[in-house]
Amino acid sequence: MHFWNHPWPWYIAGPLLGLTVPLLLLIGNKPFGASAIFRHLCAIVIQKKEWKYFKYDWSKESWNFYFIGGIVLGGAIAATLIPNLGELKLHPYLVDLYHGLGINDFSQGVPKQIFNMEGLRNVEGIVFVLAGGFMVGFGSRYAGGDNSGHMILGVARLNKPSIITTACFFVGGYIGAHYIVPFILKVV
Amino acid sequence: MGKSESDIEIRSLSRSFSLPDDPHPWSTALMYVLVGVLVGIVMVKGQIISWLKVQEMFMLKSMQLPLTFGSAILVAFISIVIIQQRKIKTLEGKDIYFPRYKVTKGNYIGGVIAGVGWSLTGGGPAALFAMSGTGAVVMGVALLMAMVGTWMFGAVRDSLP
Repeated sequence: MHFWNHPWPWYIAGPLLGLTVPLLLLIGNKPFGASAIFRHLCAIVIQKKEWKYFKYDWSKESWNFYFIGGIVLGGAIAATLIPNLGELKLHPYLVDLYHGLGINDFSQGVPKQIFNMEGLRNVEGIVFVLAGGFMVGFGSRYAGGDNSGHMILGVARLNKPSIITTACFFVGGYIGAHYIVPFILKVV
Repeated sequence: MGKSESDIEIRSLSRSFSLPDDPHPWSTALMYVLVGVLVGIVMVKGQIISWLKVQEMFMLKSMQLPLTFGSAILVAFISIVIIQQRKIKTLEGKDIYFPRYKVTKGNYIGGVIAGVGWSLTGGGPAALFAMSGTGAVVMGVALLMAMVGTWMFGAVRDSLP
């Protein structure tokens, strides 16, 4: 397997991800974060005057659109030019857990048996994609930032709201992974 | 204004923000795109967008993603310290400053909700964008739902704790 088709170890991926923070600051004092884009997109579309949340000058944050566009492009570049090939190394406990629940396609990083367009007609698809996506949007905005903004930038800043929010992310994720994911997979 | 600003990602809303942002020359816009490309590539290659790896992390069966995020935080921390100590300015010569934010109930509740969402979709918003880029169209649907979530939040915001 070609060198570039191996996944990167944490000590390469992590620091590179962390570098995004100073890069954005140096370019224009911009805080790293990917959930504000939803607020901007809603603000562009929604013109109701009662919804104060969307009444602000989103054009001041045009950098966000370029940045997010770059993320999508980066995902495309990585997936086309240097994808991670080969079987995903997963902890045996989880391999057994998912085999028992009927998932055995681990070839991609994401279990294709759940995440595909046809799956949206099943309960699994509805919960994971629709409810999950909704929660990511609602929760990140309610918390004031997402897991890049609060977790990486905020914690690095020793920002108290961010530390609390990050802890809560992990509480939520723990609950989700331990109870909700297996429950949904078992029930369906 | 009912609630004080808690959105840590929108600088132009922060109270200490006084300088208007100049419209970006294309060179600056390109730089933002390139940083985004870096994020996208790192997320794919570092398996940060892998739903299975995320389950591993939340099931406490693997240290790979926690170490990834931890080292990212460390690098960010060190670079911020360097920026502050040397009073480094932006490319346009403007100051780099860091607003302070207050803890809100939204941090707690929103944090848990977003955390559950993370375990269900396999990523936060940035990861969802990267996943869409890789061709997982279904993640585009998740993004649309995140928009709906944001929209709902905007609608009910005043009645929330």
